[in-house]
Amino acid sequence: MAKEIIQVKNLKVHYPIRSGFWNRITDYVRAVDDVSLTINEGETYGLIGESGSGKSTTGKAIVGVEPVTSGQIIYKDVDVTKPSNRRKLNYNKDVQMIFQDSMSSLNPRKRIEDIIAEPIRNFENLTTDQERTRVQELLDIVGMPSDAIYKFPHEFSGGQRQRIGVARAVATNPRLIVADEPTSALDLSVQAQVLNFMKHIQQQYNIAYLFISHDLGVVKHMSENLAIMHRGRLVEIGSRADIYNHPMHIYTKRLLSAIPMVDVENRIKHKKHRQEVELEFQNDQSKWYDKNGCVYPLQQVSGNHWVALPKDEVIQEELNEKGRD
Amino acid sequence: MWKTVLRRILIMIPQLIILSILVFFLAKMMPGDPFSGQINPNTDPKQLAALKQAAGLNDPAPVQYARWVGNLFKGDMGTSYIQHVPVTSLIADRAVNTFWLSLLTTIICYAISIPLGVTAGRHQDEWQDQTVQIFNYITFAVPAFVFFILGIWLFGFTLGWFPISGSVSPNASGFWGTLGSQLYHILLPAILSALITTTSIVQYLRTGIVDNKVEDYVRTAHSKGVPDNVVFNKHILRNSLLPIASSFGTVITGLLSGSMVVEMVFSYPGMGKLFLDSIGQRDYTTLTALILIFGTLTLLGNLLSDIIMSIVDPRIRIK
Amino acid sequence: MEKQSDLLLDIQHLHTAYRLQGKFYDAADDINITLKRDEILSVVGESGCGKSTIAASIIGLYDHKNTKVTGDIMYNELNLVGLNESLFDKIRGNKIGMIFQDPLASLNPLMRVGDQVAETLYYHTDMNEQERHNRVIELFNQVGMPKPESTYAMYPFELSGGLRQRIVIAMAIACKPEVIIADEPTTALDVTIQAQILDLLEDIQRQSHSGIILITHDLGVVAETADQVAVMYAGQVVEKADVKTIFENPLHPYTRSLLNSMPQSEDEDEDLHVIQGTVPSLQNMPHEGDRFAARIPWIPASAHEQEPIMHEVEPNHWVRCTCWKTFHFQDEVGGE
Repeated sequence: MAKEIIQVKNLKVHYPIRSGFWNRITDYVRAVDDVSLTINEGETYGLIGESGSGKSTTGKAIVGVEPVTSGQIIYKDVDVTKPSNRRKLNYNKDVQMIFQDSMSSLNPRKRIEDIIAEPIRNFENLTTDQERTRVQELLDIVGMPSDAIYKFPHEFSGGQRQRIGVARAVATNPRLIVADEPTSALDLSVQAQVLNFMKHIQQQYNIAYLFISHDLGVVKHMSENLAIMHRGRLVEIGSRADIYNHPMHIYTKRLLSAIPMVDVENRIKHKKHRQEVELEFQNDQSKWYDKNGCVYPLQQVSGNHWVALPKDEVIQEELNEKGRD
Repeated sequence: MWKTVLRRILIMIPQLIILSILVFFLAKMMPGDPFSGQINPNTDPKQLAALKQAAGLNDPAPVQYARWVGNLFKGDMGTSYIQHVPVTSLIADRAVNTFWLSLLTTIICYAISIPLGVTAGRHQDEWQDQTVQIFNYITFAVPAFVFFILGIWLFGFTLGWFPISGSVSPNASGFWGTLGSQLYHILLPAILSALITTTSIVQYLRTGIVDNKVEDYVRTAHSKGVPDNVVFNKHILRNSLLPIASSFGTVITGLLSGSMVVEMVFSYPGMGKLFLDSIGQRDYTTLTALILIFGTLTLLGNLLSDIIMSIVDPRIRIK
Repeated sequence: MEKQSDLLLDIQHLHTAYRLQGKFYDAADDINITLKRDEILSVVGESGCGKSTIAASIIGLYDHKNTKVTGDIMYNELNLVGLNESLFDKIRGNKIGMIFQDPLASLNPLMRVGDQVAETLYYHTDMNEQERHNRVIELFNQVGMPKPESTYAMYPFELSGGLRQRIVIAMAIACKPEVIIADEPTTALDVTIQAQILDLLEDIQRQSHSGIILITHDLGVVAETADQVAVMYAGQVVEKADVKTIFENPLHPYTRSLLNSMPQSEDEDEDLHVIQGTVPSLQNMPHEGDRFAARIPWIPASAHEQEPIMHEVEPNHWVRCTCWKTFHFQDEVGGE
C-alpha cells in the first residue's frame, strides 16, 4: 500500500449568508461540507464535480489559501490548517497549485524568468547563476525553448502559458500539486501536450496531483483514484475502475452517462440510457438525497470504494447488483 | 428595494452624527465666541464671564454639543459675528439663489452632455467623436475661473448679451418681471458652469456606449433582426445611461456646494459667495453652519445616487 | 403549392477576410458547405480555425468596416453576401436564428427575459402585445422552463446557466426559423446541462424540420448530435463527410490527429497524441501549399498537393489535399 501524502479529514468550508434588514448571518453556504479524502504519494487523485460543487474550494483549502471552517488537513502527521504549522513544515513549498486561467495567474509585467524563479527565491538561497540554471532546467522539463526566460506571459499561447504554470509549480520540488482545471481553457491538441508533461513530471519527481476537473474523460486519463463531489459533499470515491465501471450513486451514473461519447454507432442507445438515468435521478431524489438536498455520509462498499448510500438495505441491494456484473 | 433604501437612510444617521461632531469641534477651536463684536469692549471682564457662564459656554463639551444640536433642530445656527443677524436667515436667502442657479446648471449640463456623449460614443473614432473629445479637453483643462472670466468678457462685456453680476435687476418689477430678470441673471453663469461640468458625464457616457457596443447581448439583439437604430437606443444607450442616472445625485450636490467660483466671479449672492465672504470676514458662525450644510448635502447626494441606482438597476432592486 | 426545397443554405467559395493593421487576411478561406432541412451540420475545429467566422458571415454580423466577405451564401434564392441591412434584418431572427456560447453575456442584463424573447416577435410578426406574451410562454414551455409565467418577468442574473441558455434558445426559435446557427451552445455549461440542451436542440429540429449548424470544438458533442461534419483547420475545411464516416474512417491527417489526442483511449498509461507545432496566426498563414504540412514534417513534401483542393474520395466524403494517402503517424511505420 502506498504511503499517503495528505489526509483531509472532515473538511468544512462554510460562508455566511447575510440577509434581512440588519444583514445578520441567517444561514451558511456549505461550499465544502464534511469532505474526507486521502491522497497517496506520487499518485493522481481526481476530484470531479460540476460548477458550484465545491471542488475548487476544496483544492484551495488544501493549499491553504481558503480559510477552513473546521476539519483537519494532515500532512506529515501535523494539522496544516493552522498557519503556524504550515510555516514550520515549509508546507507552502511542498504543496503548489496550477490554475485554470494561465493568463490571469501569471503576472503580466514580469518576465518568465522572474515568474518561475519567484517560488525558488521564497524558499531557497541560490546565486543568480544557480537560479538561472534552475529556471532553464524547469523550462526544459516542460518543453519550452530556453529564450523563453526573457519573454512576457502575453507572448505565449494558452498551452505554453499553462506549461509555464506547471514549471513554476514544480520549481520548489513540491510533493503535491493541486491542479484546478488545468486544461479546461485549452484546445484538444494542446491539452494533450500539457497532460503529457504533467504525467512525465510526476513519474520523474514522484509528485502527487490533486486533479480537479469537470471533465470526466480527462480525469479518467489522469487519475488512479477519484472522488465525485456534489453540493459540497462527496458522493462517491474509489478507484478508476470502481467509478467508471461500477458507479453506484445515481449522481455518478448521471454524470457518467452525460459525457458525450465518440461512438456514433451506439449514440441512440447511449442517449436512451442517459435519459433513463436522468429520469431515475429526477424521480429518486428522495431516495438518494436527504431533506436538505444533500447526499448521505459515505459508506464503504468494498476495498476503497465508498458511496453516499442512504440505508443499509440499499448497500445489500447494490452489492448484489454489482456481483452480477 | 424599500428595505435597501431604508437601510441606506439608517446608515446616514451615524454619518451625520460624526459630521456634526467634527463641525462642532471645528467651531469650538475657532477663535471668538457669540459675544465677540456684540459687546462694548469696555465691559467688565467679570460681567462677561458671568454672561458666558449664563450662556453655558463653560459647560462640558458634551453638554454644549447637545445644546448645539438641539438648537440646530430648532433651526437656530447661531448669530453671525459680522452681520449680527441669525445665520439661518442669512443662509436661507442665499440658499434660494444657489438652488435656482444649480438647478438651471444641472438641466443645461445634462442637456449638453447627453447628446455630446451619445454622438461621441455612436461615432467612435470618427470626426464627430474627435470634435467632442476636443471640446472635452478644453472644458477639462481650462481652469474654471479663467473660463468664467472669458465668458463674462465675451458674452457680458463685449457682446453685452447678459448681465455680468447680481441676481436680479434693481429695476425689475412685478412677479413676472422679477422672475424674468432673475432668470436672465443666472443664465450666463449657469451655462458656463454647466459647460465645465459636462466633462465627466460626456466621458462616462461615451465610454459606456463604446463598451456596451461590443457586448454579446448587442450581437444577440442584432441576430434577432432588431434594426440598428433600435439596438442602439433600446439596448446600448439605455444600459449606458445607467451610471449617468446614478451620478445625478453627486452632480447636483457638487453644484450646490461647489458654486463658489462661479458665484464669486459673477458676484452672485449665493451660498458659495457667502462662504468665501465669511472666510474673508472671519465670520465663524456662518462658516461652520455652511460647512455643516455642505457636508449634509454631500451625504444626501450620495444617498440620492444610491436610491436612483437601486431603482434603475434590477440587479440591485431585486435582492 | 410548391414543394419546399430541401437545401436551406448553399455556401459557395466563401471568403471572409478581416483587416489587421491595414491588410486583409482570410479567416475563412474558400468555404463550400451546404445545409439541408432536417440536418445537423457540425463545423468542428480548434480555436482560431475560422468556425465562428462562418457563423458571423452567414448571419451578417461582423464589423462591416474591417471585414470583407466574398462568395455566395444562398438562402433559398437569396444571396446573403452583400445583402442590404434592412432586408437582412427581416431574415435574422426570423428565418435564421442564432444561439451563442455564453448565455449570460448574450442576454441584456437590464431587460426582463420575457421581453427579450418578445422583442424577436415584435419585429417579425403581426402579433399584439398579449399574443406575443402568450407565444413567449408557449416557447418557455417548449424549451422546458420550469415556471414559464413567473420566469417572464425575471432578469438574466436571476437564472442559472442552463435556464439562461434555454432563454437564448427560445429567442432563436421564436419565429420558427428554417436555419438555426448554434455557436458553441454548450461550452459554458456543465456536462449534464449540456446533454439536456443538446437534446432540446434535437427535439426542436425534429418538430420544426429546420437545419442546424452546430459549431463546436468538442468531438464528443459532434459524435452525439451531428449528421454531417465539416472539420476545419486554419480557415479551411479539410474534411467533410457524414458523422459516421468522420469518426470511423477519418482520412485527413488533422482529423486523425485530433481524434487521437482525445483522452478517451482505454490505455490510460499511454501518452496522449500531441500535434507538433501550433496553428499559424492569421497574419502568418502560409499562402500556398498544405497548411497542415508544417505540423506533420515527417511526411515528405511530395505527398502534398501544390494547391490542395477538396477531393471527393468516396461519395459524400471530401478530403483536402492528397497527403492522406501516404500519411502515417510519426511512431508508425510508413505505409508507402
